[in-house]
Amino acid sequence: MNRDPLPIRILLIALAFLVMALLIGLPLVTVFAQALSKGWGEYVLALLDKTTLSAIRLTLITALISVAVNLVFGVMAAWAIAKYEFKGKSFLLTLIDLPFSVSPVIAGLVFVLMFGLQGWFGPALQGTGIKIIFALPGIVLATMFVTFPFVARELIPLMQEQGTEDEEAAVSLGASGFQTFFRVTLPNIKWGLVYGVLLCNARAMGEFGAVSVVSGHIRGKTNTMPLHVEILYNEYNFTAAFAVASLLALLAFVTLAAQSLLEWKKGHA
Amino acid sequence: MIPGFGLTLGLTLMWLSLIVLIPLSGLVLKAATLGFSGFFDTILTARVLASLKLSFGLSLIAAAINLVLGLLIAWVLVRYEFPLRRILGAMVDIPFALPTAVAGIALTSLYAPNGPLGWLFGLIGLKIAFTPLGILVALIFIGLPFVVRTVEPVLADIDQATEEAAACLGATRFATFRRIILPAILPALLTGFALAFARAVGEYGSVIFIAGNLPMVSEIAPLLIVIKLEEFEYEQATAIAVAMLLASLVLLFLINVLQAWGRKRQGTA
Repeated sequence: MNRDPLPIRILLIALAFLVMALLIGLPLVTVFAQALSKGWGEYVLALLDKTTLSAIRLTLITALISVAVNLVFGVMAAWAIAKYEFKGKSFLLTLIDLPFSVSPVIAGLVFVLMFGLQGWFGPALQGTGIKIIFALPGIVLATMFVTFPFVARELIPLMQEQGTEDEEAAVSLGASGFQTFFRVTLPNIKWGLVYGVLLCNARAMGEFGAVSVVSGHIRGKTNTMPLHVEILYNEYNFTAAFAVASLLALLAFVTLAAQSLLEWKKGHA
Repeated sequence: MIPGFGLTLGLTLMWLSLIVLIPLSGLVLKAATLGFSGFFDTILTARVLASLKLSFGLSLIAAAINLVLGLLIAWVLVRYEFPLRRILGAMVDIPFALPTAVAGIALTSLYAPNGPLGWLFGLIGLKIAFTPLGILVALIFIGLPFVVRTVEPVLADIDQATEEAAACLGATRFATFRRIILPAILPALLTGFALAFARAVGEYGSVIFIAGNLPMVSEIAPLLIVIKLEEFEYEQATAIAVAMLLASLVLLFLINVLQAWGRKRQGTA
């Protein structure tokens, strides 16, 4: 398969393993080693703490809302972009990708500038008693901003590759738009959709910078899991910080395992 | 004609405007109220300049290191068969999937003076955590997958017959690499470099734990935005954010140009 001399091959492979072990393997091991450094009893106790449980609940609620909304949007955007030709399509694609190249901190800042006390809509909101910044709506908005491209990005190449013939056949046989989507398109894209949702969810649950700016860090109220990790860590409560972090690391593992499984399925389809 | 073009494109544009475009233009509007002098009065202070220099400088160095490490790992993954290859391949995506706060505290406890790697480097008098070197480690961690994942498919696509022909004509392995492989993967390498750089400039979560956050020394620009917000200096936060946003837009444009170049190169090859 290749003619690189054996010593060079071995050297390069060894170097690659060394880099990966030092850079990525060790930090992962550290998370679990630190989390369990005082035994399973302490680990479980740290996770059952009241503020930890409320952080887990807030993270789940935030991810559920933002993933559901981005799922609907992502499917529509992919449908519009993949199934039709129109002017400005590549510009639209660039705009959809925009959140990828904006710092998470800036993603949080834009919502503070809109809905914060000194923001564009701040004074108007104050009269109504609706809280957006330092409350759940702000956290959800910032999360939606940073996870905006994930589902669409996964679906667009897939749907472009599949073309429009199946849908055209369905429509010419009298199917309505919704029937065509649910009976023809959806079965074709379901694995790509699952993968996009998984990636979107991983980012939504793990987002730190954007949420940190809009959350206000109110313990037990507006603390998501990553923010709770920060607070515990800064209080030198390392075991608890790494215990919560280990849950997030497990989420990353599950996401990557599912990704491998889906890729394997695609290869064998 | 498949139905639903107006509906899906319309809702896509509406949602894109609400979540991404209007909030971002709010930021630009806010910056406009500062005027040129207000903008530059903020940007040209020593502390802001130092943070921008640190963010962009370290991101550049980290992306350059990722260029080398990423090429090594992509090369090994594509060209060689060896045990645990699939595991090594799956590990590459960990920095994408692992929440940044988790990476941040794990790297910090590894490289802190009392951590295993921090102790090791301490023996040769090198302090990593809580110095700019620590920031560099975090930026290398989060940027690595970008280079590997952009170079991998292009490297796999290279026609090995060309390499064999070069070898038959008497080219050394190094000459073959420099004259045939490197030109073919150059656009992908540079794209990966630019993506890693763009991500590093805006990175917050994995950096702030390990950085030490000393003004003028180890304070990154995204952190300074957060600090200005906490001091209710919204104008200054906005000015720094706009400066960073402009830089990311230039980068985004550059990445698009590089990708177009890569597609052309692949098409004509």
